[in-house]
Amino acid sequence: MDRVPVLKLGDILIVSIQIDLQDQSVLALQEDLADQVVATGARGVIIDITAVEIVDSFIGRMLATIAAISRMLDAETVVVGMRPAVAITLVELGLSLGGVRTALNLEKGVALLNHLDGAQIVTAAQ
Amino acid sequence: MGVTLSVHADAGRRRIEELLQENEEPVFKRWLEIAGSSSSGHVDRGSLIGQLRELYQAVHQSLGESSDSSDLRGLLAELSRSRARQGFTPTETATVVFGLKEALYEVVENDGSPEALRGFVWFSRVIDELGLFTMESYAAAREKIIIDQAEQLLELSTPVVKLWEGIVAVPLVGTLDSARTQVVMEKLLQTLVDTGSEHAVIDITGVPAVDTQVAQHLLKTVVAARLMGAECVISGIRPQIAHTIVTLGIEFGDIVTKASLADALAHALRQSGIEFVKHRGTRIAVRTVEE
Repeated sequence: MDRVPVLKLGDILIVSIQIDLQDQSVLALQEDLADQVVATGARGVIIDITAVEIVDSFIGRMLATIAAISRMLDAETVVVGMRPAVAITLVELGLSLGGVRTALNLEKGVALLNHLDGAQIVTAAQ
Repeated sequence: MGVTLSVHADAGRRRIEELLQENEEPVFKRWLEIAGSSSSGHVDRGSLIGQLRELYQAVHQSLGESSDSSDLRGLLAELSRSRARQGFTPTETATVVFGLKEALYEVVENDGSPEALRGFVWFSRVIDELGLFTMESYAAAREKIIIDQAEQLLELSTPVVKLWEGIVAVPLVGTLDSARTQVVMEKLLQTLVDTGSEHAVIDITGVPAVDTQVAQHLLKTVVAARLMGAECVISGIRPQIAHTIVTLGIEFGDIVTKASLADALAHALRQSGIEFVKHRGTRIAVRTVEE
């Protein structure tokens, strides 16, 4: 079974999906990610799906589940690099990925997470 | 009985062949006259003579022993295609073929023999078939022109323009249907990826009417852009369109809508942290607020 690596960059965890996901690897990824978030105290999770060309409702649900798990552990999830064809397919499937933040690419995703962190601190100060 | 008929038919066929060969010049001249008068004004006489001469040879060849009509059909298809493209009417195109029947009839009448008359009936059927074939080729050529033009129109009508660094706009003009929306959607999303733009403006000033279907298409585009990490603003909503949308009960949810493209641009600029400052002079200065 292929395992998807979870990379740590500062207080952000980065997952880049570059294989065809099977049910087993998705479950393993969800466990790994939850473990890592707890272990590192990460504030944000970035899922990079630049290399994903084909999606179904299963992948859509996976993204929503990962976002929900991360939020439970106080980490914001950003999905980055979605291809136009993938976005159209998800819309046609009726999945709008509520609760998941999105960015055009990894760079903008990191910027978004940093921005959110700053906003939270400001709110706390008020 | 059948045998006698076929013998007669063969005799008639041979007679027609002979007549076509013996009277080549008068028949051809008469044919040219008929074909020329039917399509006056459009065609240059020199090329018509060339085309008819080739056709005449091909007809003669197809009647002969080999009875191979592929050359003839090829020539006819070419003739109909070029005529369809040049804007000839179907009648003008068909008359070129049917003219040969009329031209030959005069020769057959002069000949007067029963074989020739019997042969002429057979020849008439052959020409009718060729005429139908011409019409089919003509219609197919016209159909192809229409399809090509529809495709060109589709590409022409969906430009994505860059308004500012990180802001793109799609000015939609004309009625939106599923096929066009699909093209607009794909082009817009691809441009977002290519230019790394985080803001898009869909301007519907040029869309004459918005119904539930069009609104549905717009909403889908906005949601797809959102999934990719870009924000969409819909602008150019005219008063009567706003009225229609509310009457139809279409819910735009949290999608930002603006009355004009200028408002939408101002909104997008504000969102990306760019601020306009007006000085006492007439110049306008722009500065970016660092986040």
